Amino acid sequence: MAYTKRMDGRAVDELRPMEAKAGVIKNAAGSASFKIGKTWAIAAVYGPREIYPKFLANPTKGILRCFYSMMPFSGSGERIRPGRSRRAQEISLVMKNALEPVVDLSAFPNAVVDIFIELPQTDAGTRCAAISAACIALADAGIPMTDMVSSVAVGQVQEMVCADLTYNEEAYEAPVSDIPIAMLNRTKEITLLQMDGEISKEDLIKALEIGKKATGQVYELQVKALKEKFNE
Amino acid sequence: MGLLTEERSIVVPGEALAEGMDFLPGDSTYREADKIYSKVLGLVMVSGRVIRITPLAGPYVPKIGDKIIGTVKDIAFSGWRVDTGTAYLAMLNVRDATSRFIRKEEDLSKILGIGDTIVVKITNVTSQNLIDLTMKDPGLRRLQGGRIIKINSLKVPRVIGKKGSMISLIKERTGTEITIGQNGFVWLHGGDEYKAEQAIKLIEQKAHEGGLTNKIEEFLGPAKKFQAKPSSEPAEKPSSGFKPAKPAEQTNAEPTSESTSEPTNTEE
Repeated sequence: MAYTKRMDGRAVDELRPMEAKAGVIKNAAGSASFKIGKTWAIAAVYGPREIYPKFLANPTKGILRCFYSMMPFSGSGERIRPGRSRRAQEISLVMKNALEPVVDLSAFPNAVVDIFIELPQTDAGTRCAAISAACIALADAGIPMTDMVSSVAVGQVQEMVCADLTYNEEAYEAPVSDIPIAMLNRTKEITLLQMDGEISKEDLIKALEIGKKATGQVYELQVKALKEKFNE
Repeated sequence: MGLLTEERSIVVPGEALAEGMDFLPGDSTYREADKIYSKVLGLVMVSGRVIRITPLAGPYVPKIGDKIIGTVKDIAFSGWRVDTGTAYLAMLNVRDATSRFIRKEEDLSKILGIGDTIVVKITNVTSQNLIDLTMKDPGLRRLQGGRIIKINSLKVPRVIGKKGSMISLIKERTGTEITIGQNGFVWLHGGDEYKAEQAIKLIEQKAHEGGLTNKIEEFLGPAKKFQAKPSSEPAEKPSSGFKPAKPAEQTNAEPTSESTSEPTNTEE
């Protein structure tokens, strides 16, 4: 049976319901919670602060570090071993690469800004939710940034190109591709583009067009979350 | 052409502020092509042709002339390394700490020990954000007793108020001695310390709102009579502040006991 209608009844370019809030962790310099469907990411930013170990310090500008982690109970029943795994380290790296182009730490030489991301609940698209949350948290911490980064996953299930796949769609028994993208809002530059599976050139272009629109929606929610904090 | 947002509205990083060459980019903004964009989360301020952003959050940026509260972290050859609550350690030289003559072999921990909390002024900040301090101005001293709370450094001007109106109101109503560092550390001593702390936290929370003095006046209630005696008493209690006064006094007491025992040794 061909996959012509989405399992949760969404339109092809429709995102799951989203929710975002800034300033959820009072101890941190800045923080945010970002929910998209069942996926939920919490980001906390600390710093700029002194860096340890010292040899990591850069005397020309501050550095950015990301720590991505899924909580033990965040999967669908199977306990996830906390701490660093190959997957967590990879996602930490791609997150850092996605955020670094906009973060301006030239005023903080030899210092570090740490971003910690925890996921209490996951249902595909965790790295995208993590990046979107991290960007709100960075802005909330008052870190100078030239732009906002918004991230969302797009993909293809059998013949259908769609936005924001759920875990069930990713696990569908047919050729599936999952493409997380992160985009700067102002210049529409892409800072994260990965892919699992296979897709034709035409479909990839189509998917990126959907992604461009979808990241715009994420951006609007990020801005709303930041402004709401001060307009209560 | 012209302004794309309203003055005093909240903007996020990357938001366009103005178009065309009529305006100039000020603090926390940047120009790309013919537009000016924001670089931080903050309020838009326009003064003449210059657009700048007053940040709503962010780290303390050390400035020359700022009075700050720091903690002695280490004793070096000719001075002390001081933690200022920033990513950078600050240096306080002996000649900036005391006007007394210091002999070459003198123990610096007798003047200031590790863990001591001090009020200091910034005399120099380098491009690498290394900070030089002095203790030679009036009001700059070692803090004894009391406790320290931390607030966001950007909210310090609101806590002080216009010409110190807000802070003198809190001092008067709670009977607490208060010293505020520009880096966001606030020292409270004596009187109703708890009430004073709550008032300061309230200001921090509502800093971007108007009519703050009235709200705080309402919160504090009518002025009470405070005698001089409670000033030493609350300091003795194990306070809930994250930096109790006791360790500072202990570290200072050790070197003095050593010095008293030294002369007896030499006599033997």
